[in-house]
Amino acid sequence: MDFNHTEERRMLADSLRRTLERGADWAALAELGVLGALFTEDEGGFGGAGFDLAVVFEELGRAGCELPVLEAGLAGGLLADCGKSDLVEQVIAGELRVTAAYLEPGLRYDLGPITTTANNNTLTGRKTVVTAAEDSDLLVVSALLDGEVTLFSVDPKAKGVTLHTTPSLAGGSTSEVTLDAAPATPLGGGQAQLEARIAMATLALCADTIGTMDTAKDMTLDYLRTRTQFGVPIGKFQALQHRMADVAIEIEMARSAVINLAGAINAEPKERDRQTSAAKNLIGRTALLVAEEAIQMHGGIAMTEEYALAPIARRLIAADHRFGDEDWHLERFIRLSA
Amino acid sequence: MDLNYTAEERAFQQEVRAFMKANVAPEAAAKIAVGTHLDKADMDLWHSRLNAQGYLAGPWPKEFGGGAWSAVQKHIFEEETAYHNAPRIVPFGVGMLAPVLQAFGSKEQQDYYLPRILSGEDWWCQGYSEPGAGSDLASLKTRAVRDGDHYIVNGQKTWTTLGQYANKIFCLVRTDTSVKQQQGISFLLIDMDTPGIEVRPIILIDGVHEVNEVWFTDVRVPVENLVGEENKGWTYAKYLLTHERTGIAGVGFCNAGLDALKRVAKTEMHHGRPLIENPHFAARLARIEIDLMAMATTNLRVVAGADEGAAPGAESSMLKVKGSIIRQQINDLARRAVGPWAVPFVSEDLDSNLYHPGPDYAAKASNTYMNNRKISIYGGSNEVQRGIITKAILGL
Repeated sequence: MDFNHTEERRMLADSLRRTLERGADWAALAELGVLGALFTEDEGGFGGAGFDLAVVFEELGRAGCELPVLEAGLAGGLLADCGKSDLVEQVIAGELRVTAAYLEPGLRYDLGPITTTANNNTLTGRKTVVTAAEDSDLLVVSALLDGEVTLFSVDPKAKGVTLHTTPSLAGGSTSEVTLDAAPATPLGGGQAQLEARIAMATLALCADTIGTMDTAKDMTLDYLRTRTQFGVPIGKFQALQHRMADVAIEIEMARSAVINLAGAINAEPKERDRQTSAAKNLIGRTALLVAEEAIQMHGGIAMTEEYALAPIARRLIAADHRFGDEDWHLERFIRLSA
Repeated sequence: MDLNYTAEERAFQQEVRAFMKANVAPEAAAKIAVGTHLDKADMDLWHSRLNAQGYLAGPWPKEFGGGAWSAVQKHIFEEETAYHNAPRIVPFGVGMLAPVLQAFGSKEQQDYYLPRILSGEDWWCQGYSEPGAGSDLASLKTRAVRDGDHYIVNGQKTWTTLGQYANKIFCLVRTDTSVKQQQGISFLLIDMDTPGIEVRPIILIDGVHEVNEVWFTDVRVPVENLVGEENKGWTYAKYLLTHERTGIAGVGFCNAGLDALKRVAKTEMHHGRPLIENPHFAARLARIEIDLMAMATTNLRVVAGADEGAAPGAESSMLKVKGSIIRQQINDLARRAVGPWAVPFVSEDLDSNLYHPGPDYAAKASNTYMNNRKISIYGGSNEVQRGIITKAILGL
């Protein structure tokens, strides 16, 4: 039994943290090897295991980084599954920005049944809440080909592709993607690849949330130590001390749930998904607690856009609205545990 | 024990209901239904319609032209307001300053200010909190120093709601630094046009300009703008805080929010079935509804007690804590209900393109959830309220 990360992972986490503190752009992340860490050696990277994702995304969350690294892993992973090693190489080098468009309106968090349809290498349909589509060079899109879910690559600037982009609650941008006989290239893979990569992306989001919660906790502790009311730092009030202790306990529980998931991410699909649902359910509950307690214990200052907690709290809330919320995963956990 | 309104109260309810049906502007109701903030014109229109009907001064005593509404009547009015998605009365003049002037103001102040509050000529805002004086309000530092016929005011107020629209501000200021904190505070009326006042916007977590900082630099305020006696301001401020109690639980908002949430849950689909049929969601909804039913009666117990002359001080703290929690739980569930549509996050005052891809009811679900985290913080945080309950009710 050893709960320490390997030397390589610790070094990557440390240098990533320092780089993010300085303010990193996409090229800096690529150069540091962050994108390579999302892929296995067979895929052209040097990581790709559950714990590689865990260390990388925990740091990205801690720093509040809004760059679409998760999308590179998800869409890039699908490209790797389909044997597109030339494209994966470009993703790892930071030269090709990719994102996956798989959700459709009215399906909530379910991956299907989708209605986007392929016909003569064109796609028609609508994809919703596509992260960072605006800044992507390539979309990996799920669509029905002869009734089977199949993955396609689509150029977001091609004729027949319309993006409606808004800011995202998580930071960054999100788009509605309307496909009207949009030119598309079949990639091969389908539902099984999508489900496996969504599980890995869920792990990434859970780890990101751990880092985000650590930051929210640290900021709140700083505030409790420095904000004075009634002549004392408010952290001297036991009513707040005990709630802060609960926050710390729950974050450690969530951290363990993410360790469980990272260790099981390559298990057979049923066990993988059961562990994914366990972690995502617990992360959903904990992130809500941490966001709400961080705001409440700060008081009014946390309600302002100017104070740095605002985007952190929104990121914690947004995490529950991606890849299935607390209840969606509770139901799936019950189903898979039967 | 009788849980029903009296015949007179039912008649009043019918009258208010008919007024709401005839007078609530559909544009404003549509905004309120989805959680879009109202603009000044929406609020001004509602203010004038209520005034024309005599409802604006409904709770005021007869001698000031009011309707001398009972606590139950006030409660009925607030309930109908929420039910019809009518605008909330901007409370600072009508509901907060007016009772203080009526109880402690001079005849001249009453004669001058009260009609201007009703007509809408004056828009009041509140200068209580300061950056260093939030929960510990009595530690406020804004100074007012007497100079002949004027006070010279220096300092900073914050969380001044809708101060960008106001031409007047009522302030708590420190006039004596040599005594116990609570005994050196005065209640001052200040014209926002006075040189030396600067209003700076604060953008909230949902991207909306709702509150402000108000800075005072050598602001000269005539001494006749002092309310009551110098250094008695804390007493007046506390009077104001305990005066407004019937609406504190927000039962009407909760009922309206729960109704809207049920409609959403019947429309949103989950695994191909309406979300409201999902057992986990239904259980969340039911727990809130059960809590709300109990809170509605708790609220009425306090309201009825107030009409019988009981001083509800600490009970209003109970209503504030429970009311804010239930309302926030409704906002939380409304956000959950819209699923991935909660992610596109468009801020009214920050984004020029207000496109949201989801259904109308989804566009503000995240914004409202984030914005209403404030209700367990403002007006005395829930921690402060629990402290009051601990001391005043439990005797600990």
